[in-house]
Amino acid sequence: MTIQQAISPLGPGYDGVPGEEKRFRDVFRDTLRAEMQRDPDVFLMGEDISGGFDKDTKEPLDAWGGPFAATKGLVQEFGPERIRDTPISEAGFVGAAIGAALTGLRPVVDLMYFDFVTVAYDQLLSNAAKSRYMFGGQTRVPLTLFARSGAGTGHAAQHSESFYSMLAHIPGLKVVVPSDPYSVKGLLAAAIRDDDPVFLVNDKKLINLTGFVPDEDYIIELGKGRYTRRGDDVTLVGMSYTSIACQQAAEILAADGIEAEVIDMMSLSPFDEDILLESVMKTNRVVIVDEDTPRASMASEFAAVIADKAFDYLDAPVKRVTAPHSPVPYNKGLETAFMPQPEDIVGTVRNMLARG
Amino acid sequence: MDISKEKLEWLYTTMYRIRRFEETMLEQTFKGNAMGVTHPSDGQEAPPTGICAHLTDKDWIGSTHRGHGHCIAKGLETDKMMAEIMGRATGQCGGKGGSMHIADFSKGMLGANAVVGASIPLAVGAALTAKYKGIENESIGVSFFGDGASSQGVLHESMNLASVWKLPVVFACENNGYAEATPAWYAVSTDDIASRAEGYGMPGVVVDGMDVFAVYDAAGEAIARARAGEGPTFLELKTYRFHGHFHADTPLNYRTEEEEEYFRERDPLKSFEKRVTEQKLMTAKKLKGIRDAIEKEMVDAVEFALNSPMPDAEALYSDVYVSYSNPIPGLR
Ligand SMILES: Cc1ncc(C[n+]2csc(CCOP(=O)(O)OP(=O)(O)O)c2C)c(N)n1
Ligand SMILES: [Mg+2]
Repeated sequence: MTIQQAISPLGPGYDGVPGEEKRFRDVFRDTLRAEMQRDPDVFLMGEDISGGFDKDTKEPLDAWGGPFAATKGLVQEFGPERIRDTPISEAGFVGAAIGAALTGLRPVVDLMYFDFVTVAYDQLLSNAAKSRYMFGGQTRVPLTLFARSGAGTGHAAQHSESFYSMLAHIPGLKVVVPSDPYSVKGLLAAAIRDDDPVFLVNDKKLINLTGFVPDEDYIIELGKGRYTRRGDDVTLVGMSYTSIACQQAAEILAADGIEAEVIDMMSLSPFDEDILLESVMKTNRVVIVDEDTPRASMASEFAAVIADKAFDYLDAPVKRVTAPHSPVPYNKGLETAFMPQPEDIVGTVRNMLARG
Repeated sequence: MDISKEKLEWLYTTMYRIRRFEETMLEQTFKGNAMGVTHPSDGQEAPPTGICAHLTDKDWIGSTHRGHGHCIAKGLETDKMMAEIMGRATGQCGGKGGSMHIADFSKGMLGANAVVGASIPLAVGAALTAKYKGIENESIGVSFFGDGASSQGVLHESMNLASVWKLPVVFACENNGYAEATPAWYAVSTDDIASRAEGYGMPGVVVDGMDVFAVYDAAGEAIARARAGEGPTFLELKTYRFHGHFHADTPLNYRTEEEEEYFRERDPLKSFEKRVTEQKLMTAKKLKGIRDAIEKEMVDAVEFALNSPMPDAEALYSDVYVSYSNPIPGLR
């Protein structure tokens, strides 16, 4: 399956609701535009989010339009004050965004690749996440950040990470992971309107996926997961792109008469314990699929919650399908092996059921 | 000109090798043989060449996403580089690093680095090792980075460290006018980045980075200073990349044709050829001999890479650590 051809299987089942099939990337941009129209305090910062300036007129050229052209066209509408290109200074402009958020604006920051989180991590951890708490609730940090994660595009070790747990581990920071055009619209809008700092992690493999998106304005409540397939035999838990891998695995299993239930977590902090427990109590078996490395990961966290609160319902040990505990390799074959594939999920389920 | 015949030949060979490697590697990228993004450095041959001409394998360099030229100037072999870009087991990093992560520790090459600014302090650390061991005269650190990277805090921290510890470092800022599409005049608060050196207590020199002789001379002084224990120098090499930011970029979306033309007329290879033939330092025949040899080297490099095996599946798990008692291969 190539990235371009993949069609997001995750639809909300909106019969009769006005809407259309759209690409993830277009929905992302349309949602940013809508939020900027809605609230004049919302503005965007990042490297080359318009990209390029005319030497004589100093006007933005929009030659880059953001990483993967994510924000192309916005500078014409909102101008360079609100679509603000930055120097390559992640610690500086994330810190400045936090300062702007503390003083009344609602900044949105494009950090380009997830791997650059670490350049700004001190600001995120020590300022964005802690200001409200350590200052006794005096202030709020209505900041949204986003960055592109994930292996599969040949970007190698320093441009391919999915270290969700590195963000979800921080008290004071919220983390969301859309998996299709429907969820990116609802989650990005919710993140921007939220009064806490929210990090939206966008797997690169999703960017060209298409799927149904209602026209209406809606948000997806932070901390909620959703069922994208119902079944009684096993629960598959996905997040971001692994939700798609789970959906594909479920289809392969269905051909063998195994009915998997698929949960797309959508939010990682806070996250939906109820949906995990409800499903596991019904199917009694669970496989959690995560492209992050396994140590101290979201997969491990979900497994711990299930073991703690649904132990008596389990007919098999909780299984995790994850990346290895290694950086992301460059070579295509190794990179493919790094990522959890639908076949890996299917194999894990088959082994689990064979155990009885 | 105060430069040996061998050195002159080396300068031309190295610059031409970089030029042809980038062009060949781009061809291969467009054929689908590279496994990821590539950032060509043609046009920018003079800075790595003029600087590395003064270095030996005991000196260390740090590099960037646009690192092929630095690798070649530091003596890495083009066949292994090509194989790395094609993700082969015979590649410089066994196919696990790719274009943006080529390193050769036996040649004093600390690695290309895809996080802008991240390699700068590594060269400072290499210089710290040299000072610690008392071998500054034979081992210095050179940090290559761009105008875009000059906005990263880590550069400023590194300059301060190198200065207060008086380390044998050369900060080599390749100012090609752009960081992706962002012009330096937009993102950098000064016309001459080298002017910032003063605030960190080191000489800052603006150099014509399209002229390998100018780079050679300026680098010679900076490196002599470092080897003599006099501390760091900042060189700003004004240069230009002939291609886009990465293989699939269209630079005319943010640069003018006149500007590109202006710099193409200052092609470092052409001006080298003109100068050495006019001054009768090298013959046209000699230059052609060098070019022909490089052409063959490129054909061989591509053939070597294309005929090389892919890494074993086990390579996914190897070399994460030197030793580790309970590794986790993918949980499946
Ligand atoms: C920390 C970080 N931020 C952003 C990027 C994305 N990026 C890659 S190259 C580049 C431009 C770098 O410009 P410059 O330092 O001038 O080097 P040049 O590309 O011109 O050689 C950017 C923004 C990155 N790789 N790392
Ligand atoms: Mg540059």
